[in-house]
Amino acid sequence: MVHGELWTIKDLFVYPNEYIYWSVQIVMYPFMTGLVAGAFVLSSLYHVFGIKELKDIARFALVFSFALLFIAPVPIILHLQHPFRGINNLMTPHFTSAIAAFGIVFSAYGAIVASELWFLYRRHFVSIAQPLKEKQDKTLAEWVRFIIFCSLTLGVYDVSEESLKKDEKAIKILAGLGIPVACFLHGYAGFIFGSVKANALWMTPLMPVIFIMSAIVSGIALCMLTYIVTMEIRKFLAKRKKASQFGHQTTEELQSAEINVIRMTAKYLLLFLVFAISLELLDLVFRGYTATKSWDVLRSVIYGKDFTSIFILQYTIGNLIPFILFLLPNLTIRRALLAVVLVMFGVFMMRWNVVVGGQAFSLSFAGYMHYHLPIIPHDWETLKEGFFGALAVFLAPFGLFWVITKIFPVFDVEKSH
Amino acid sequence: MNRRDFLKNTVKGVAGLGISAAAIEFINPKDLLANINSDNAKARWAFLVNTYKCVGCGFCVKACKQENEIPYDANVTRTWVERYVITKEGKRYADTPKGGRDGFITTKIEMGKDKFQEVKDEDIQKAFFVPKLCNQCENPPCVQVCPVGATYQAPDGVVLVDRTWCIGCGYCIMGCPYGVRFFHPKYHTAEKCNFCYHRISKGLKTACVQACPFGARQIGNIKDPNDPITKIILTERVGILKEEFGTKPQVFYIGLDREVK
Amino acid sequence: MKNHVFRPLLAVIGLVVIVLIIRVFYVPKDFGVHERGYMYGWYREGNIEEWKTQVKVKYQGKEYCAGCHADKVAAIDKTPHAIIQCENCHGPANDAIADHPSEQRPKLTIDKTRGQCLRCHSKLHYPSSGRDKIRGIDPDKHNPDIECVMCHNPHKPSLEGLK
Repeated sequence: MVHGELWTIKDLFVYPNEYIYWSVQIVMYPFMTGLVAGAFVLSSLYHVFGIKELKDIARFALVFSFALLFIAPVPIILHLQHPFRGINNLMTPHFTSAIAAFGIVFSAYGAIVASELWFLYRRHFVSIAQPLKEKQDKTLAEWVRFIIFCSLTLGVYDVSEESLKKDEKAIKILAGLGIPVACFLHGYAGFIFGSVKANALWMTPLMPVIFIMSAIVSGIALCMLTYIVTMEIRKFLAKRKKASQFGHQTTEELQSAEINVIRMTAKYLLLFLVFAISLELLDLVFRGYTATKSWDVLRSVIYGKDFTSIFILQYTIGNLIPFILFLLPNLTIRRALLAVVLVMFGVFMMRWNVVVGGQAFSLSFAGYMHYHLPIIPHDWETLKEGFFGALAVFLAPFGLFWVITKIFPVFDVEKSH
Repeated sequence: MNRRDFLKNTVKGVAGLGISAAAIEFINPKDLLANINSDNAKARWAFLVNTYKCVGCGFCVKACKQENEIPYDANVTRTWVERYVITKEGKRYADTPKGGRDGFITTKIEMGKDKFQEVKDEDIQKAFFVPKLCNQCENPPCVQVCPVGATYQAPDGVVLVDRTWCIGCGYCIMGCPYGVRFFHPKYHTAEKCNFCYHRISKGLKTACVQACPFGARQIGNIKDPNDPITKIILTERVGILKEEFGTKPQVFYIGLDREVK
Repeated sequence: MKNHVFRPLLAVIGLVVIVLIIRVFYVPKDFGVHERGYMYGWYREGNIEEWKTQVKVKYQGKEYCAGCHADKVAAIDKTPHAIIQCENCHGPANDAIADHPSEQRPKLTIDKTRGQCLRCHSKLHYPSSGRDKIRGIDPDKHNPDIECVMCHNPHKPSLEGLK
């Protein structure tokens, strides 16, 4: 079996070498980078534009963005036929290719987020490293903690008011600089598809913009989701009177803080959701109106084969229903939770409909290819390019996020910036 | 911070970056310009297909597979033959069973897995065979989208793949409008027809050109005015595939029908 | 560095320098921009020579076969099957002469299957194609169970020469 043959079913006239080469991991990759970009933009809304109500979720979003950043290249590594040669992208990049931007953009973005986090948490690092430095007899655990936090200070122990003010300015600059970089990080993924003239569905100048808009939507939705979940955990623990761990906040205080943040963030989510939907519908309308050579086969895919996937799953369940849920007055936590889950599902379906949809028809415009996702793995390939591979990629950031919060705590950091 | 410190830091930063940048020998603009402007390649390979002569025997596909070590039973091929059948009622059918590797030995047209369409002889308006292979385009979109420089165009026009460098991302496969690329089942790198580069550089014909009993395939140097195919391409009416993509393909077809997809 | 603000920038520059140093060792020396420019000519030059030399030529062509089998070639050249390459039915010659001294030369493979002959001789009434002019049979009706070569001689295919 050649690569792609296992999960491709051909119908009518398809060229011999055509298979669905870009499978679920290529759907996961823009989905994950979208979450990265979206989380960062949310964080920057506070740091750059000073929207005070977003302060709590801003710190949260930045750390999550960092966790996501490490997982985002994983779907690519799993998809590459020669993953260990992936470094060639950084060694001999061919910049006429959109994919070549991956190495540089990711590194630049990683540098910005890491730097911003450093400024944000510098005082926290010093507050842990300093006493450990002075302590003479360190246990092994304390040695490990010391080495980690000492190196994280980058040798700077000055936490005076003056230096902290400089930190704030640096954060603002980095957050501002990071917004276009985050847009580029996801925009280039849209460009990867939009610039392929050989693919009739992908080819459109709108693709990078559509990707960025829906990326921001998904990032905001993810942060809202994780925020709600962690707040529920905190409330649960506060109720069991473990108040000492979490400072002095009671359940009621947590509740009211939470609902305000959610309502505020939901407004921004709606705004970007409207942008994303408008552009996608615009693309569809233009295609139907101009009816170029590919329209016959595209129409049969969009309105026929993939109708459920596009109009029911993506547009209705993933866009319209959350839209209504958000617009109804007096947004509750429960309704917001349902809405963000549906939004993230909608964004995932959008990536699916672009990547898989683009390969659903043959270059001959006279045949079709059906993708059936391998669910039960029976070898490495059906695992890494199948359902469980995609699931692992989706769940990994949550695990990594939990690990990272041991170094970058997201709640109750004293007198945070 | 005062101005002096700022300037000092900037100078240090720029110097550091400059030294590093010198290590980057990606592009030297002068060399680049010189390369584009000089076209001193003496040969440019081009291909001529005569669809009137092709009978769909598939000897070309078989020879190509064996010459270029593509696993015989793998459902991928560097070149293939398509069959087109147009009925008097205006119905159009096309198929390419195993790429034509075993020829076309039945009147039944393959419509999908285990699905066939029987077309009666008296209903056929016209029917013909079209061999296809990599067009070694003058503006190859597959080369443009390779992120690492694993696929490239040699000075004589043939587009090659460096099997030691390809990372297997598949972007070139998605970028080809003609669908000639695939992943090699053994090497797991991008693969496609390369005009039997190991043969033409020794003065031999490509395996498919040699194998074809009917002379439906020919290869030559389009820069040589005395080459037989150059004369045909310049003086007779020939067509190319999917011109609208702007790839400038170098495989020319005699008898290219509008039905060809 | 008096201002701590530039610490992260230093760290980043350090990483970039490390990558550039790795690059010097990792990237082959002949990798660069070649004749076709950066867009189409960004590659490792040594690969061209590899493609020219490392793939063995397998199909040698009729003249190579005639070197030893001149009689067979002469016979088939008198028939309509002259246009078919020997190797189309007998497999690629590879380096038959050099590989083995004549006493140990392996026996020629012959493709005797029905499918081989049907490639051309399964009758397809396709107007406007050369296929239309080739004489052929209906594979389902004409002796479907036996090989063509039981009755027909590919080296002397005229129907008058049937066994």
